[in-house]
Amino acid sequence: MSLWEYANPVKFMGLSSRLIPTLSVLTVLCLVIGILWGFFGTPDDYKQGSTVKIIFLHVPSALMAINAWLMMLVASLVWLIRRHHVSALAAKAAAPIGITMTLIALGTGAIWGKPMWGTYWAWDPRLTSFMILFVFYLGYMALWSAIEDSDTAADLTSILCMIGSVFALLSRYAVNFWNQGLHQGASLSLDKEQHVDDTYFYPLILCMAGFILLFVLLVLVRTRTEIRLRRATALAARNR
Amino acid sequence: MLALFLRDLKLAIRTSGGFGLALAFFLIVVMFVPFGVGSDLTLLARIAPGILWIGALLACLLSLDRIFQLDAEDGTLNVLATSPIPLSGVTVAKSMAHWVTTGLPLTIAAIPLGYLLNLPSVAYSWLCISLLIGTPALSFIGAFGAAITVGIKRGGLLLSLLVLPLYIPTLIFGAVTVTKAVEGLDPMPSLMFLAGLTLLSVVIMPFASALALKSNLS
Repeated sequence: MSLWEYANPVKFMGLSSRLIPTLSVLTVLCLVIGILWGFFGTPDDYKQGSTVKIIFLHVPSALMAINAWLMMLVASLVWLIRRHHVSALAAKAAAPIGITMTLIALGTGAIWGKPMWGTYWAWDPRLTSFMILFVFYLGYMALWSAIEDSDTAADLTSILCMIGSVFALLSRYAVNFWNQGLHQGASLSLDKEQHVDDTYFYPLILCMAGFILLFVLLVLVRTRTEIRLRRATALAARNR
Repeated sequence: MLALFLRDLKLAIRTSGGFGLALAFFLIVVMFVPFGVGSDLTLLARIAPGILWIGALLACLLSLDRIFQLDAEDGTLNVLATSPIPLSGVTVAKSMAHWVTTGLPLTIAAIPLGYLLNLPSVAYSWLCISLLIGTPALSFIGAFGAAITVGIKRGGLLLSLLVLPLYIPTLIFGAVTVTKAVEGLDPMPSLMFLAGLTLLSVVIMPFASALALKSNLS
C-alpha cells in the first residue's frame, strides 16, 4: 500500500468519491460555524470597530492563495518526475481556485483598507506581491488553455510552475527592497507569539480550517471533472 | 556552440527587421513619455530611470519570439536537437546571440535617450552598468519563454504574459539601482542583487528552456 496507488485514475476516482461527502459536511460545518461565530460572536475591536471581522475571510483566503500555488508546485514536480496524469490534472484543477482566493484576498483587503488606511490600494510590498501572484496564475492558466496536446501542456505548465515559483519568491523579496510597507506584520505565526486575541483566534482557526477543506474539496471535484473530460475525449476519439 | 552563436548573430544582422526594430521601438517608447506626462524637465528627470528600464525591457520582449520560432518552422531546431551539443548549450548560444543583438545595443542607445529624458549626469554610468549587467537576465529568461511558446501559433501575446511577470525582479533591481544613483544614495546593494539575478538566470534558465524544447519537439 503506497500513496502512489492513487496515481491510478480509477483508484483516485474511487477514493475521492468516498471522501467527497465527508469533506463537504466538514467544510460546511467549519465555514458556517467559523464565519457566524466570527461575524456575530466576537466583539468589535476598540480601534478598528466592526471592520476587524473581515479578517475571517481575508486571512484564510490569503493563506490558500499561496498554498494553492505550493500545491501546484508539488503536483508539477510529481508529474515531471513520476509522470502521473492525476497529478498534472490536479495542478490544472487548483489554478482557478488559487486565482479566486487571490482575488478574494485582494478584494477583502481593499474593502478593509478604505476605512482603515483611507485607501483601497497602496503599492505596499504585500499587496504588490499578491498582484504579482495573480499575474503568475494568469500566465499559468493561459498556457494550459493555449496548448492542445495534453501531455505537452502538462510538461510545459509544470516547468513554468517551477520557474515561476523561483521568480515569484524573488519578486516577493524584490518588492520588499523596493518600497516601504503599510501592511501590518503577520497576525499568526507558528514560531512567534501571536498578535491576535483569543476571542478572534479561535473562530479564525476554524475559518482557516474551513478554507483549507474547501480548497481540498474543490480540487478533488475539479480533478474528477478533468479525468472525466479526458475519458470523454478519449471515447470520442475512439468512435470517430 | 560558437558556430551556432555566430550563425545566429549573422542571421539577426542580415535578415531585415530584427536588429534595428528593437532600437526603434525603444526610441518610440521613450519619445511617447513626454507626450503622455508633459515635458516638465524635473518630472522627466525623476521618472527617467524607470522609463529607460521599462523601455529596454519591452524592446527586448519584441524580438524574443525570433529566438526559436524561425528555426522551429524550417526544422533547424530538430537538427540542433540531434546534434552533439546538448539542448541547454543550444539555448545558451541562442540567448547570448539575442543579448548581443538586443541587450547590448539597447544599453548603448540608453545613453542618448537618457539625455532626452534629462537624466542627471551622475546616473549615466550606473544606467549603463545596470543595463549591461541586467539585460543578459532578460535574454536568458526570454529564451525560456520563447522555448515554452515555440509550438504555439501566434504565441506572441502569450509569450509576453508568461515572460513579463518573470521580468519583475530584474526591473525592480535595475530601476532601483539607477534611482538610487539619481538620489545620491549608494546603488551598490541593488546592483549586487541584479548581478546575482543575472547569474541565477544564466545558471537555471538554459536547463529549463532545454526541458521545454524537448517537450515541444517530441
